[in-house]
Amino acid sequence: MAWSENSQDVQVDPAAMRAFLTELFASQKLAILATVREQQPFTNLVAFAATNDLKHLVFATPRATRKFVNLSKNPKIAMTIDNRQNVTADFSDAAAVMAIGKAVEATGPEKEPLLQLYLAKHPELEAFVSAPSCALIDVRVAKYDIVRRFQNVVELRMPPSP
Amino acid sequence: MILSIADIRKEHKTRVGGKAFALAEMFQNGMPVPFAMCITTDAYAAYLGHTGLQERIALELHRKRFEDMRWEELWDMALRIQNMFLKTPIPADLKQEIEDPLASAFSSKPTAVRSSAPGEDSAAASFAGLHESYVNIKGPEAILEHVKLVWASLWSDRALLYRQEVGLDVKKSAMAVVLQEMVFGDRSGVAFGKNPTDAAQAVIEAVHGLNQGLVDGMVEPDRWIIDRKTRKTISHQPAQRDEAMFPAGKRVRLQPLPPARRMRPPVNDNEIAQVVALVLQAETFFGSPQDVEWTFFDDRLHVLQSRPITTTTGPGDDERSWYLSLHRSFENLKALRTRIEETLLPAMDNEAQGLSQQPLEKLSDIDLAEEIQHRSDIYEKWSKTYWDEFIPMAHGMRLFGEVYNRMVRPDDPYEFMRLLGASDMLSVRRNNMLAEMASAIRKHPDLAATWDRDTPSAEQAAFRRDLDDYLERFGDLACGKDQCRQGHEGLIRLLQEMAAHETAVSSGPTADAGVLTKAFLDRFTTDDRPFGDEVLALGRASYQLRDDDNIYLSRIRSQMTGALDEGRHRIEKRFSAATGQPAAEDVIAALKDPAYIPKPSQPVAQAPESRPQGRLMKARQLTGQPAGPGIAKGKARVVENTSQLNDFKAGEVLVCDALDPTMTFVVPLAAGIVERRGGMLIHGAIIAREYGLPCVTGVPEVTDHVTTGDTISVDGYLGIVTIHADPPIA
Repeated sequence: MAWSENSQDVQVDPAAMRAFLTELFASQKLAILATVREQQPFTNLVAFAATNDLKHLVFATPRATRKFVNLSKNPKIAMTIDNRQNVTADFSDAAAVMAIGKAVEATGPEKEPLLQLYLAKHPELEAFVSAPSCALIDVRVAKYDIVRRFQNVVELRMPPSP
Repeated sequence: MILSIADIRKEHKTRVGGKAFALAEMFQNGMPVPFAMCITTDAYAAYLGHTGLQERIALELHRKRFEDMRWEELWDMALRIQNMFLKTPIPADLKQEIEDPLASAFSSKPTAVRSSAPGEDSAAASFAGLHESYVNIKGPEAILEHVKLVWASLWSDRALLYRQEVGLDVKKSAMAVVLQEMVFGDRSGVAFGKNPTDAAQAVIEAVHGLNQGLVDGMVEPDRWIIDRKTRKTISHQPAQRDEAMFPAGKRVRLQPLPPARRMRPPVNDNEIAQVVALVLQAETFFGSPQDVEWTFFDDRLHVLQSRPITTTTGPGDDERSWYLSLHRSFENLKALRTRIEETLLPAMDNEAQGLSQQPLEKLSDIDLAEEIQHRSDIYEKWSKTYWDEFIPMAHGMRLFGEVYNRMVRPDDPYEFMRLLGASDMLSVRRNNMLAEMASAIRKHPDLAATWDRDTPSAEQAAFRRDLDDYLERFGDLACGKDQCRQGHEGLIRLLQEMAAHETAVSSGPTADAGVLTKAFLDRFTTDDRPFGDEVLALGRASYQLRDDDNIYLSRIRSQMTGALDEGRHRIEKRFSAATGQPAAEDVIAALKDPAYIPKPSQPVAQAPESRPQGRLMKARQLTGQPAGPGIAKGKARVVENTSQLNDFKAGEVLVCDALDPTMTFVVPLAAGIVERRGGMLIHGAIIAREYGLPCVTGVPEVTDHVTTGDTISVDGYLGIVTIHADPPIA
């Protein structure tokens, strides 16, 4: 697994970084999922879980959703997991991690351990995940980008309404 | 987590609830109260927190805005939440903490397990009877199981309705439980320190046996009105005294009262005086008039509980009785079933039959006018019966569902529905007749055009017989509210559509129904088995009647509209022009008075034109309740009135307000069903399950977002409707 070498917060100890990610993923319930359709990005919030080796991220979605259709056509996805608290201190304290990888529906013998992992973190979603119309998605992570301590703040202005 | 009534102090009040607190005060002041302990609200909170139930309940509560929910949906929600409690064991460490003290206090002594919700017994809000209480429970294991049931009763439909004003935040929910040594009084009752309708009086109600019979409304009490000042009896109203509640093994049961006891009131004058003294003592002690439950055991008076009388409720004007009557008791429902099956339905059948034999064409105009009026009156009468007696019968299914879940604790809280499926529902029988006629057309496509030849072939004659038989039995397909003219034509069009496609068939009772039924009945002890059989029979009857009654009513309605159509026909001839569809009063007036000119009816209000093009906001996914498992995708057919059903094409998704049983004939053609009305036990959901169709109910906004022809998906597992109209990406 490749860490982002460009991260401004250079982390030299991979073990410490793994521990940091493990803790971050355990503390957060939701991730932002980005999918692509016809070169247009789409984002969603999804309840996720991570495997111990950090190689997989797991989430669930009904099959009739746009995100499912998108990732079925194009499995390249990105996910953001962060610990911002919507306070000013986030600019200095919050960490954000982007995972890049391929999303496939978990089926066959691989599904059960991922399902158990997912339900251990989100027991309240059992009925949702168990529905035959709901797919469990296995994201095989190729890379994480970790951002800690924002250096710059960019102000974004909305264009005036027509 | 657990406190004895000897140790409860003022500072514990919010954690032990009003009932436990009152018991403790009485106990500590020397009143005759049986020993009790209280499992505080801390235990409830720990259970919810440690098991993750808190999040699951919160998810359930936020599926839909509370004010948008119909009562049926509320009942469904309560069923699901309560099933979570049934399925979730108390975590071991918490269990041990409670179990040890209660085991040493009660060991295997019979114990009452009662709710004591904070605020429950405050003078401001009487939740009396709203939460569950259980009597005659033996042993720590069983006691803890019932503690869970009391916790769960915080989430009953009745409790939810009652609490909606204070908001339904799961984090703010709290429930304490009183465990009290049982005193098996052989005469019991309730005393109201002040009669809500007359402040100078007190009221005493008494029954033979345990108090449970009186509190549940199963046993009618003797009633005394007492002058508060002189403590003398003003009047005594004796009861029928046929039955009383007695302990029976692990439970309590309603049993016939021995003849000798039927003859005498449960309590004598001296005992009445003791009860009056007690309730007035409690009033002095608590500082406000009390509602006291008491019992005589070994001829000694005991207090079971005491709570303030709420000023706003009373026997004459009791707001809570409405909530309580939602749960028609088992006995009431059994009686209702007998009345419906043996009296009402046969009478409706006779009525429809009698009307159909009246030759309308031969009546004079004046007589026809009277006949229209007569039939309208008959229809009105049966409509009222429908609302007053048939609709409440649906509680039979609900009662069965609650019993089933409590006994079986299934993963799927709606598993009980699989025991109810009845393939001989009238609407299913009707659809079978349609299927047969459709198959005749499939074999001989020209039948559709040739069935009314003057000199028919054998096939044509047979087909015509079937058509007429169908119309006579089930009335016109497309009877709208007051219009019934499409007759054969609409029916044939539908049959042609059915003939052109393979259509769904009713699955009838599911294959595992037998296994599930046996598993359910096996849970009962030999003694209780008859109750299991009866409640199952009641559920099945309720399920079937819920459907059949509509068909009986629609037969009478089609007799009414038949007469009305004959009247309109004559008026049309008189004016030799179409007169529109004048209303019944107008038709009657015109028939009676040849000079009267009927007003054409107002054109039926058209549904608002399809929404403005290029609207800025549109829905893509709408959520409702999953009411029939499965997934379907197809073109939507939005049906606002029954006449639109004739255009229904095979493979379309039926989108409607509520699937009226008179509409079910298109169901075999449908790929799925979406209903604005909510509930798992409403007709549409039942029929969808019967045909194995995906169904989502309780999506009131669906007609705002979906028009006929839109492609939609119905996810009947998760209760999601997806609209597939594909706008440009950005």
